[in-house]
Amino acid sequence: MNPAIYALGFVVFAPVLGGLLAGVDRIVSARMQGRVGPPLLQPFYDVGKLLQKRTRQINPIAEPLLIAHLGYMAATGALLLGGTDLIFTVFVFALAALLLVLAAGSANSPFSFAGAERELVVLLASEPFFILMMVAICKVTGASTFEGVLASSQLVAVQLPGVLLAFLLVATIKLRKSPFDISISHHPHQELVSGLTSDMSGRLLAYVELAHWYESALLCAFMVLLFNWSVPVGVLAFAVAYALEVLVDNATSRIKWQLVLRSTWAATLLLCGGNLLALFVMGR
Amino acid sequence: MSFFSRSPWILHYDGSSCNGCDIEVLACLTPLYDVERFGVINTGNPKHADILLVTGSVNERNIEIVRNLYRQMPDPKVVVAVGACACSGGIFARAYNVQGDIDKVIPVDVYVPGCAARPESIIDGVVQGIAALEAKQRMTA
Repeated sequence: MNPAIYALGFVVFAPVLGGLLAGVDRIVSARMQGRVGPPLLQPFYDVGKLLQKRTRQINPIAEPLLIAHLGYMAATGALLLGGTDLIFTVFVFALAALLLVLAAGSANSPFSFAGAERELVVLLASEPFFILMMVAICKVTGASTFEGVLASSQLVAVQLPGVLLAFLLVATIKLRKSPFDISISHHPHQELVSGLTSDMSGRLLAYVELAHWYESALLCAFMVLLFNWSVPVGVLAFAVAYALEVLVDNATSRIKWQLVLRSTWAATLLLCGGNLLALFVMGR
Repeated sequence: MSFFSRSPWILHYDGSSCNGCDIEVLACLTPLYDVERFGVINTGNPKHADILLVTGSVNERNIEIVRNLYRQMPDPKVVVAVGACACSGGIFARAYNVQGDIDKVIPVDVYVPGCAARPESIIDGVVQGIAALEAKQRMTA
């Protein structure tokens, strides 16, 4: 099928998938705490309400930045599924995240500024991994596009178990789960009020939420790259990984940024680097 | 279609209360009452909140804080006064630093009586607050 159709499909259906995932997440979290939890469509109600609520602009530059953040997040997935180079996709992903940092930093409030600084730290922690992951996938499969990796006869997760483990760790950051949710959290009463989004109200917050749904769907696409047997296997693997993330989110508390940086860099270096080194030694 | 009734986000502020009502407010989030069933989130951030839930009376030190929190909330917004102190000043009404009930400072939409207010009546107050929120949204839309 035409890659452009996949790209368009991502732009249209990723928010639906991401929103449903957020709904399932909230129900599963509630059940883990012995509660019933909200309806499945609650994230959609929340975004609908945010769009109806009046928006307070602290700095007029925040809205264009957040629209760009949402646009680039959607574009990352569209580029990935549309057949663009994998490493280029990762750089667009980083740019999307950086736009959110700029939007939060523009608000000039201590909470949102501290959130922006912490988001930069988690970007610093996660970006080396994503680049190394794509390099490893390209190395193993000999392909540099989404379609090429899926068509490859080499099974990525079998050859790159270290990368898979490190992905589970770094996905915790991107899904904004505890213990790595230092810049923003879905849970109330944290030390930074709402971190990055402290000064975003109404539709500005809705853009951030929508962009996060795209981000979740994008991580699902990354998982499909690692489990390149077929798309359903990759999606199933992502569902299992997400269930693990929810469990970890409910069982751990937030850690300091130094430990976030050290643990993710150590995982990137030891698990990813070690995995690549082992493949190199075995002569593949 | 209005989504306000399905997603009321709450900001809880404790004025000068004895903490009895605050504990009952937090009890609403526990498994027994679980207000998240109705989409309620305790945000802790006035810029995200739709409903300001105030417990306790206002005193000289927190008048500006209550006003500031109220001003920071984007429209439409609703204030629910929880407990005898928030509704009338309660047993602290005559204390030298206490100004009295919340509506001396900001407009209150729903009064929830009780000392301490029961979780059931707090949830009922929030539900009435949602109706007021819907009405305000229709007026501004």
